[in-house]
Amino acid sequence: MAQAALAIRNLSKAYAPGQFVLRDLSLEVAPRGVTAIIGPSGSGKSTLIRCINRLVEPTAGAILFEGRDLTRLKGAELRRARARIGMVFQEYNLVERLTVMENVLTGRLAYVSPLKAWLRRFPPEDIERAFRLLDEVGLSGYERQRADSLSGGQRQRVGIARAIMQQPRLLLADEPTSSLDPKTSVEIMTLLRDLAAGHAIPVLVNMHDVELARRFADRIVGLAGGAIVFDGPPHALSDARLAGIYGGESWLH
Amino acid sequence: MLPPNFEHWDAILKGLKESLEIAVLASFFGILIALPVGLLAARNLMPAWVSWSARALIAAARAFHPVIVAILFVKAIGFGAIAGIMALVVASVGFIGKLFAEAVEEISLKQLEGVRATGASFAGVIAFGVLPQVLPRFIGFSTYQFDSNVRNSTMVGVVGAGGIGAPLFVAFQRFEYDVVCAIILAIIAVVFLAEVISARVQRIFGA
Ligand SMILES: Nc1ncnc2c1ncn2[C@@H]1O[C@H](COP(=O)(O)OP(=O)(O)OP(=O)(O)O)[C@@H](O)[C@H]1O
Ligand SMILES: [Mg+2]
Repeated sequence: MAQAALAIRNLSKAYAPGQFVLRDLSLEVAPRGVTAIIGPSGSGKSTLIRCINRLVEPTAGAILFEGRDLTRLKGAELRRARARIGMVFQEYNLVERLTVMENVLTGRLAYVSPLKAWLRRFPPEDIERAFRLLDEVGLSGYERQRADSLSGGQRQRVGIARAIMQQPRLLLADEPTSSLDPKTSVEIMTLLRDLAAGHAIPVLVNMHDVELARRFADRIVGLAGGAIVFDGPPHALSDARLAGIYGGESWLH
Repeated sequence: MLPPNFEHWDAILKGLKESLEIAVLASFFGILIALPVGLLAARNLMPAWVSWSARALIAAARAFHPVIVAILFVKAIGFGAIAGIMALVVASVGFIGKLFAEAVEEISLKQLEGVRATGASFAGVIAFGVLPQVLPRFIGFSTYQFDSNVRNSTMVGVVGAGGIGAPLFVAFQRFEYDVVCAIILAIIAVVFLAEVISARVQRIFGA
């Protein structure tokens, strides 16, 4: 593999002392493509994703990104690293009372001074880019609408635009389609994959839907009990391997 | 008591004007100070020692009735409207600060997380993640307090802290009840006016 975009080394996480949710987990993410993480509920998928941008504090291990160990960053350095990592959430996590445009511009907050943020003064090139991105996600004309007036699929499009607006070098997504209907899910995954590819951003995405993961991922990582039990291309994910990840096989038929 | 005696209408008008000035200035500075104090007091945003300090400040501001606070300020800085303004600033910070802090503690953490994950600075998180969620309520508390300040600004004069309260008190002591009646009618008019203004403001901001 070429120089990895992200290298997780021996990561462990315990929310309560001694109760490990992630156990000595190591994973490298290539600079291109979609890596899907699948695994049963409670296997630690969200914990893994959220340790990377430190929405959750790792207990032990290292996470190397752009030459630095994310687990050691504090304050302004941590914020600078977060700015280089976009995140898409299951429940979109938009600011409901802000407009679509303001939500997308939130992706530039790391780069404007506090005063300009309070005055809502963003550089013209940011605003232009926001318009272009909204066009790319199929929401041109929606700039002035409030986020809480949008449908789920539209909200997730805004969420994706906000993340890409950061010009990140890594995109994290925690079950981005789990609140959406099957058709919208496919549309959102298509958008996420194509937009990330177009901007040359690697994607690390948690998914519940195995078929969707097979369809959109270049690589699938199976998580069970906080450890990686499968790692390979979608076609290598046989029923036997699935049974190994989720346990049992009666549910497969 | 009846009919009301408006013979001294110029003195009444002067007193009312001063009361309104006290209320407006106190509201302005009170709101300005309550915004950061309320944010600092919110336990979901601040480290414990910061929020507890801010909470202690708010509790102190709420401990006494505004008229008692006015007595303290009259004693400290002398008679006049400045003492009245200071007393009502304290009352405003206490009331708005407390309710605003509670509103901030009820915001959606998911929305906040969405902003935080972009690497936004603390100021950015406040401006884009916190304030949009609580601004309507903040404006609601502020207009309510403005109302309250108008009412209280007619009272602080009783203890020498400026405004219409002083002539009211004097007329009362001299048993000039027709003058008292005139002043009370004038106060009712002003309080009503304040009510209308704050209702307008609330409607504009959708609070
Ligand atoms: N904030 C928390 N505090 C304590 N325990 C937690 C916390 N978050 C998650 N856990 C626990 O950690 C384990 C892994 O949770 P996590 O959310 O990472 O799993 P997941 O694979 O994302 O599950 P799902 O598919 O249901 O989203 C679970 O047992 C969960 O109860
Ligand atoms: Mg999860």
